[in-house]
Amino acid sequence: MNLYEQQAANRRKTWLIMLAFIGFLFFLGAGFDTLYIGEAGGFVPVGSLLALTVGSVSSAISYFAGDRAVLLATAAKPVDELAAAASDEDKLKLQRLSNVVDEMAIAAGIPRPRVYVVPDADPNAFATGRGPGKSSIAVTRGLLDALDRDELQGVIAHEMSHIRNLDVRLMTIVAALVGTAALLSEWARRGMMSGGGSRRRSSRDRDGGGGGAAGLIFFAIWVIAIMIAPFVVQALAMMVSRKREYLADASGAELTRNPIGLARALEKIESAVAPTQSINRGSAHLCITDPLGRPVNLKEGFWSDLFASHPPMAARIAALKEMAFQGRT
Amino acid sequence: MLLGMLFAVVIALVLWIVSSYNRLVGLKNQVLNGWRQIDVQLKRRHDLIPNLVNSVRGSMDFERDTLTAVMEARAKALTATGPADAAQKEGQLTQALGRLIAVAENYPTLKSNDSVRSLMEELTGTENKVGFARQFYNDIATKFNTAQQVFPTNVFAAAFGFKPAELFEITNEAERAAPTVDLGRR
Repeated sequence: MNLYEQQAANRRKTWLIMLAFIGFLFFLGAGFDTLYIGEAGGFVPVGSLLALTVGSVSSAISYFAGDRAVLLATAAKPVDELAAAASDEDKLKLQRLSNVVDEMAIAAGIPRPRVYVVPDADPNAFATGRGPGKSSIAVTRGLLDALDRDELQGVIAHEMSHIRNLDVRLMTIVAALVGTAALLSEWARRGMMSGGGSRRRSSRDRDGGGGGAAGLIFFAIWVIAIMIAPFVVQALAMMVSRKREYLADASGAELTRNPIGLARALEKIESAVAPTQSINRGSAHLCITDPLGRPVNLKEGFWSDLFASHPPMAARIAALKEMAFQGRT
Repeated sequence: MLLGMLFAVVIALVLWIVSSYNRLVGLKNQVLNGWRQIDVQLKRRHDLIPNLVNSVRGSMDFERDTLTAVMEARAKALTATGPADAAQKEGQLTQALGRLIAVAENYPTLKSNDSVRSLMEELTGTENKVGFARQFYNDIATKFNTAQQVFPTNVFAAAFGFKPAELFEITNEAERAAPTVDLGRR
């Protein structure tokens, strides 16, 4: 898969996920309508309209505020702001970071993303945003301290590829939709617990026995769907996540023309075993390596495909070294 | 019926030509932009050099030749006319700067001086930016050329006045022999 196929695939997935989500909103609303307002026709579908409105507004807000929220959660600071108050030794590192990001933006032919530093001693990095020109790259303090220029360049190239491939946009949308699905599920569940019982009884009285049984089955399916919706969306996001990391490694190497830089960086990052404290589960899939250090990321296979966010580090390093070997002929 | 089919074929053909033409125009503009990006980075490099040379002059007195070579190469590069001439003169400047970076690595006093290190970093960054701007230009120019040369677009590309873009190549034999850019990336 090359860059353009990946961009097209990401666009397609974005639309698919958004369509599925709209379907989910309708389903949620329809259930609400039948159970709370009555199955008879002629009513305005209050629930569907409400779910659709609340869902779209909430998703839109999370989509446009998504990158800011992630950066805020990790306490990331803009590199210019840090450089103004840094010591000379530090200033040099920040200057180097700033230059390397410039270089990679030129190599990728996209506008320069904003650059942030996360105050965390574990080496890690992530990109977030809504596509080229509207994205940010953040690296941890530990990464700046541990890597030399070539290695840092490799890591930044990897993150730049995530932006150029539109991976960041897909992930921001998924995160926004997962959040909204969780919110609406929670509301629906609470609604059922408090007022649902009595109203359901009244609707069953009106319909008679047969309709009640069908309604009950529908109700059960509805409840289950609401409960598992957030997990389904999350699993969807994870399924595409591993392939994306390999691809970002490869197109990162295409930018620097130096796969060994990234390979060495990954080796150094891997040897720092401590989990990255400041990055939580919600933004784990954005990082260059799993910040939680979960054992599931060490294996290949169906189970790992479903739940792991990153391919095994050894496989990634081997793939990069192979690229370097081919380039030498 | 037959007329209708013929009409449909003509419409499809026209649509295809329009979309191919627009694609080529888009690529052509990207190529031009890529070329301007190289210029921007070269200008930055010219502006940076006097600062750098002044700051290392004191510590590198006995490497006067290296510094003079850099300043001379810069002066020549400023007077360059046309892409081919520029490519050659900028190549010489790249070489001279590569030598300066390599020599400076050998001076502990320079390496411990923060302002010099900062300037060195800036220079390395600029050298890389020039290199990556060229790399991007070559990538996009290759894409533009391929789009013109593949069948069936090649049938009309020349008729609309599209010409293959020139790739940025190393014109200087000495530069090809000694990969000074690699030194710059360290």
